[in-house]
Amino acid sequence: MQLIEEHPVLTYSHGKLVKFLFDGRPLEGYEGEPIAMALHANGVRIYRITPDMKRPRGFFCAIGKCSSCFMVVDGVPNVRTCVTPLKEGMKVETQTGKGCIPMDVEA
Amino acid sequence: MNGEIRKTDILVVGGGAAGLSAAAEAASYGARVVVLDSDLHLGGQLVKQTHKFFGSKDEHAGTRGYKIADIIMDEIKQCGDNIELHTNTSAVGYYKNDGMVTVMRGEDEYYKIQPRKMIMATGAQERIIPFPNNDIPGVYGAGAVQTLMNVYGVVPGKRVLMIGAGNIGLIVSYQLMQAGVEIAAVLEALPKIGGYWVHAAKIRRLGVPIHLRHTIKAALGTDYVNGAIIQDLDTCEMTHVECDVICLAVGLTPTNEMLWQAGCEMRFVPELCGHVPLRDSKLRTSNQDVWIAGDAAGIEEASSAMIEGRIAGLAAAESLGLKVDAQRFKIYHERLGALRRGETGEKIRSGLSKVQVCDWRDQ
Repeated sequence: MQLIEEHPVLTYSHGKLVKFLFDGRPLEGYEGEPIAMALHANGVRIYRITPDMKRPRGFFCAIGKCSSCFMVVDGVPNVRTCVTPLKEGMKVETQTGKGCIPMDVEA
Repeated sequence: MNGEIRKTDILVVGGGAAGLSAAAEAASYGARVVVLDSDLHLGGQLVKQTHKFFGSKDEHAGTRGYKIADIIMDEIKQCGDNIELHTNTSAVGYYKNDGMVTVMRGEDEYYKIQPRKMIMATGAQERIIPFPNNDIPGVYGAGAVQTLMNVYGVVPGKRVLMIGAGNIGLIVSYQLMQAGVEIAAVLEALPKIGGYWVHAAKIRRLGVPIHLRHTIKAALGTDYVNGAIIQDLDTCEMTHVECDVICLAVGLTPTNEMLWQAGCEMRFVPELCGHVPLRDSKLRTSNQDVWIAGDAAGIEEASSAMIEGRIAGLAAAESLGLKVDAQRFKIYHERLGALRRGETGEKIRSGLSKVQVCDWRDQ
């Protein structure tokens, strides 16, 4: 992972390392940290493809406001991955278009 | 969604510098406070600041930003059960007929909360400027780059082109260098550096060029950024810059959606960087149950946000009928005045003069 090894001011305390899937590919990240950060640390930059222009998008604001980092997480589309914590075994997928509403999600 | 309606004395939307200060102040007089923050951590932008703050001792000048967040969090802990903190939780709607707020926790929990009073400390969001390819991965907001490297320790890229030589552009450039990232250049369209000279000097000493009267013409790359074309605004000469991240530090705008929903009377004030509510000296808006504090009230900086939080917290507690130390208003206003005096405070003073009302009863 592309992590900052040494910093003159900060010390980083990461949580538990967990496994998750990105487009079917097994990756590792820290539990409780945003999905978008875990992906970036693994070198993943493209998080979705826009509906009309088919443009690649990554994250932009990283504070849950700009919609740029929407992805499909465990079957649910339009998840703000920059503010959604990573969990063990999560299935994260590049979102293409607007996504489909999962009709079988438990209420 | 469950039908339960939660109640509290004061709801603070936003757990950054302003919101946490407001919560600590109000709770110290016995108010029950709920703080919501959409992020996974509290402290807002404070936790991303590795530099020592200026301003005054009362606002922790000389202390690094992320440590100031720790100091306020300690104060919050002293308030015990009076303050409830919720992260990963967004206020998504305000219904002004009954003062109901709808709240989303994570992606799947949804509930209602009905506070007696509300403090909006929603902060700001990043601006973007138009140029071809500004939507491709690798074009990141300055705050996002700070989150990536200073909160989560992730390397943002190898070589960054910084757009904007205001304080944020300068500080984030220095922070990137602390994280071991190369800065290709800092561009500024204006003929002068907007931020403090001390921040500019720090990065100039390290050999980073600051190009005044320059802007970005285009981001290059198909899947993600692999360079940029920059342009001299006077000669129109264009240059290719190698970089894998383009960091936009081109200003912020107040996050004000809920203030509109709350029916607060708003004005567009360029000096405050967007639409902001009219407010009295205690930061009460035209919606008498809503106060504002911090960047949501106009883009400024963290020291003044913390004092505004104190004022709003004190005022909201007072309006609940709690016995507060009203002398504190004077003290806080003096501190704010001190931060806003002189040439650097000129813009903010001019902006505030357009939105301040003496007393709502006179309107």
